[in-house]
Amino acid sequence: MAIINLKINSKDYSIDVDPQMPLLWAIRDFVGLKGTKYGCGIAQCGACTVHLNGQPVRSCSLPVAAVANKNITTIEGLSDDNSHPIQKAWIEEQVPQCGYCQSGQIMAAAALLSKNASPNDADIDAAMQGHICRCGTYPRIKRAIKKASENKP
Amino acid sequence: MDIDTISRRKFLKLSGLTGVALTLGYYLPANAKEPKLITAFDAENRGIELNSWIYIDVLGKVTLYSHRAEMGQGVYQSIPQIIAEELHVDLDKVNIVFAPGDNVKYGNQITGGSSSIRGSYKNLLNLSATARVMLIKAASNKWNVSELECYAEDGHVIHKPSGKKLHYGELVLEASKLDIPKNVVLKKTSEYKLIRKPLQRQDTPLKTNGTAVFGIDKMIPGMLYAMVERNPRLRGKVKSFDATEALKIPGVKQVFIVRMGVFNTFREGVAVVADSVWAAMKGKKALKVDWDDTGFEHLNTEDIYRRMEEALQKDEGLSFVSKGDSNAIIKSAEKKIDVVYTTPYQSHSCMEPLNCIAHYQKDKIEIWGPIQAPEWVQDYISKELGIAREKVIVNMTFLGGGFGRKAFMDYPHEATMISKEINAPVQVIWSREDDATQGPYRPGISYRCQGVVANSEISAFKVSIAGQNNSHWRGGAKDIPNRSATEGFLKPYVDNIQNLSIVDIPFETPIPTMWWRSVYASTNGFAYESFMDELAAESAKDPITFRRTYLKDERSSELLDKLEEVSGWKNRTKGYGVAITECFGSTVGQIVKVSKNAENKIQIDQVWAVIDCGWYVNPDIIKAQVEGSIVMALGAATIHEITFKDGKTVQNNFNTYKMPRITDIPPIEVYIMENDADAGGVGEPGLPPFAPALTNAIFDLTGKRIRKLPFELAKV
Repeated sequence: MAIINLKINSKDYSIDVDPQMPLLWAIRDFVGLKGTKYGCGIAQCGACTVHLNGQPVRSCSLPVAAVANKNITTIEGLSDDNSHPIQKAWIEEQVPQCGYCQSGQIMAAAALLSKNASPNDADIDAAMQGHICRCGTYPRIKRAIKKASENKP
Repeated sequence: MDIDTISRRKFLKLSGLTGVALTLGYYLPANAKEPKLITAFDAENRGIELNSWIYIDVLGKVTLYSHRAEMGQGVYQSIPQIIAEELHVDLDKVNIVFAPGDNVKYGNQITGGSSSIRGSYKNLLNLSATARVMLIKAASNKWNVSELECYAEDGHVIHKPSGKKLHYGELVLEASKLDIPKNVVLKKTSEYKLIRKPLQRQDTPLKTNGTAVFGIDKMIPGMLYAMVERNPRLRGKVKSFDATEALKIPGVKQVFIVRMGVFNTFREGVAVVADSVWAAMKGKKALKVDWDDTGFEHLNTEDIYRRMEEALQKDEGLSFVSKGDSNAIIKSAEKKIDVVYTTPYQSHSCMEPLNCIAHYQKDKIEIWGPIQAPEWVQDYISKELGIAREKVIVNMTFLGGGFGRKAFMDYPHEATMISKEINAPVQVIWSREDDATQGPYRPGISYRCQGVVANSEISAFKVSIAGQNNSHWRGGAKDIPNRSATEGFLKPYVDNIQNLSIVDIPFETPIPTMWWRSVYASTNGFAYESFMDELAAESAKDPITFRRTYLKDERSSELLDKLEEVSGWKNRTKGYGVAITECFGSTVGQIVKVSKNAENKIQIDQVWAVIDCGWYVNPDIIKAQVEGSIVMALGAATIHEITFKDGKTVQNNFNTYKMPRITDIPPIEVYIMENDADAGGVGEPGLPPFAPALTNAIFDLTGKRIRKLPFELAKV
């Protein structure tokens, strides 16, 4: 066990945990933010995606000690009122069905939009193909990302 | 009697709702077939328990106790949309609360069979309209005017001549004392303001900011976590285990054998209880377990399908449909088609792995989780633990996918047994590997299809089915044919094909199986509609024209017209395939267009889907469900399957049980037929026609008939 300092959504947390514990479980069970989901544990589905210094990463496969003091953003930190352009577009296009994978999808889409203001189909495919949606919301995800890029000021 | 205290005592207990209210609900009188409407006031006086009720409080807020789980199908939106329509309130005034499992109060609560809306909408419309009429009556009594001069709008009753206006909340006390009016007139479809509109789902914002609470997110005070090491061979017991290393891991508290029911059998595993999920995971990895699977046959997938094939050629089977004499016609025909279609075992693989919280408290058990069938869980746990069913409280959360897997009692049972052992509340989380390797699975099924075409029409049609029958796992009789043998096959076909024989060949393996989205239609549809296409090709007729010979009824004809229209069928080039199936009260036709890409590989260019689900609520939710069904069907047809080697499941996570990705999805257009027939299902019927429409399209393009799923598009 070791004391790890985490910076999540601009807040500081100090937790006493196994340094090898994946960031996912630190976020969910020790910081108490449940929006980031467990899907596969082997970085195959993307449900656990968070931003590490603005880059999308799979928190299920990242030891918590490796991200100490770095800037981490979870779905809860994207906005406090669903006002991020990706969240707005997700609502406008009515993307979620069961909703379980959507935190990860949204984090990936937000990271894409932050570095590419008007992604084309190939850009969207490249950014989103690591994310599984069992409900099959992919057509709407594509539409929503395009809408967000158009809406973006 | 004071209605205030009745309401408070009765409903505080259930919901925490307070205050004076108009509460209307249904009850089923003894010896009656139809449920009756009653007020809470009357119900209390007569000692009647209310079914599925709505509650309007002094602020005019409407609460419905939802008896259906939200697992993505949109019932969280559709049910309030129905209530707000007939009650004349804003949609945001309607609050929906998940009802705890109780089939005494709510009747059959299973969220399955695409039944959430079709099973309840008539009652909900009537309940809401009746409440509105009572509120109007209450206002007219107060004003001492004729109720004909009053109308309801936006949660108010208005007296037209004077413009006087009262809020619903100001009328609930008065209204709650009135007799229930009979024969309330419901709106016509053309008068709907909310129903049939693509209104946004109320649960969407919760799912875009991470605040929706799924089972895995739920926490209760003092809760521990558990993971279970499970026998990779699907059955059997623990011979011995060594927990020395597991118990050294900080946070691991206890390790013991746990037993859970799987239909009529049991499975044993070794539970690791810890103070965090991660510690439980590490503890599970550190365990050494010796398994005893005496009596469990170590099957390979090839063995299973070879046995099916043998059964299809040798066994007479049990007749399910027998019309005319297809056997004699097939036997004497000079030219016949005699082919076998096979479909694979599949895993549900909900994105939210199975999980459940249980809190065993000796004479009471409380459960929280992503649960499709709360009352089944209540019944099962009550029987297994010998605790009165009303002392088994099953609370539903949002479900991160269900698809049939979460309509099962094994994971709540397991959580309960672990809580009992440790005497504390516990959340049991299945790893993705547990979820993938343990089943129960959609059964693999093989179909022998024999047919004869004469004068461009079907002169004999025979389908023999060999595959595991889900009901056998639940102790169903083995000497009667599977009553779902024609699920997926349109009823007009059954009515209009003169020499028709459907035979079910009993077939068993020790592999646990159960329903999977659209159940038997998901596999039957592939066999029936591919075979129909083979017969159409034999007749040299256009595949839709050929089907029209048997689908002459108005709804089928109109659906085929619509399919032709939206896809440009009559002016098509090569590479178009059609299929049409029916399940859970709805019919869906799909047309798939394929072509070859620059690398000479098959690509899917477009899918058109037309659904006839009769009366419906929200067109956008229906479109989303059909789109999603097509994506799920695409995976099951071309990407993944569960296989077995030496009695173990080969695939164990998304790296081996691969899923469709955003890059695999063709453009999909969905159309809804407009009519007022009884509502059909929406969550499942879009799935079955996709696979046969795709393979029929590939036949149209290449002349190659695909009879085994899954197949790789790139290898056709």
